[in-house]
Amino acid sequence: MKFAVIVFPGSNCDADCYHVVKEVIKKDVDYVWHQEKDFQAEYDCLILPGGFSYGDYLRTGSIARFSPIMNKVIEFAEAGGLVLGICNGFQILTEAGLLPGALVRNKELKFVCKDTFLRVENDQTPFTSDYTKGQVIKIPVAHGEGAYVCDENTLKKLKENNQIVFRYSTSLGEVTASSNFNGSTDNIAGIVNEKGNVLGMMPHPERCAEAVLGNDFGKYIFTSIVKWLEGGAPGGK
Amino acid sequence: MHKARVYVTLKPSILDPQGNAVKNGLESLGFADVTDVRVGKYLEVSLDVVDKNVALEQVEEMCKKLLANPVIEDYRFELVEG
Repeated sequence: MKFAVIVFPGSNCDADCYHVVKEVIKKDVDYVWHQEKDFQAEYDCLILPGGFSYGDYLRTGSIARFSPIMNKVIEFAEAGGLVLGICNGFQILTEAGLLPGALVRNKELKFVCKDTFLRVENDQTPFTSDYTKGQVIKIPVAHGEGAYVCDENTLKKLKENNQIVFRYSTSLGEVTASSNFNGSTDNIAGIVNEKGNVLGMMPHPERCAEAVLGNDFGKYIFTSIVKWLEGGAPGGK
Repeated sequence: MHKARVYVTLKPSILDPQGNAVKNGLESLGFADVTDVRVGKYLEVSLDVVDKNVALEQVEEMCKKLLANPVIEDYRFELVEG
């Protein structure tokens, strides 16, 4: 089992993701530079990390989306491979059309860096089998442009297909207007694509994957992936 | 040679907190008649293309593929010589 962390100019959470895979869940992992035209190894899961690729010029993720390696990322995702986009990675995945909708400026204009509570809405994805539906997890966010928007039809489809994976909530799991600090449509913090093999989320699970960093709620995204790849989760290989 | 003046604006359905902040600023300055502000982007794209229709086609494609995100933005442009 092998992971890859895709590195764009301006990525700044690549080392954290690499660390979690290698040192916390103890799996093989490579960095893959965005200028590569092809993968040099076979991967089971690709991670697009957070950061400010290309300085967020034009729109967040809009330039990174045309990096040479993105052709391979899209091919991999379309073939059913697992792709996890965190923060800027989520923005890149929407720009690339691998996930519906877009991420725009937070409603209060501020860059928000704090712990948030998320309610797990779907525990049947390759990324969330180690959580339970309705569970409240604490994961930090750090973004200025993380308000998820989509049109009404898309929202309807997301709901019908159970594609909303995480919602911003209170510590008790109530999805309220006041817990929706960035103004996301329907408190959306993370979604999967229709097939369920691509997850995009604004909060940073890689920043809370060890008790020494405050909590390890984020680790279970990674352990869920491992379980799914090993065939121990519903729908796994 | 042609130059495209491209205007990219947020769709009316998308909230524009930046525009609201500017509106509040204008109000503080005493411009009490301002009812709304929307902030967009203006791009100048110079092209080494002689045929106007070819230039139009190219700019249209640029807008669709990169300059605007159709999920959240509208675009329009005008083409001038020089």
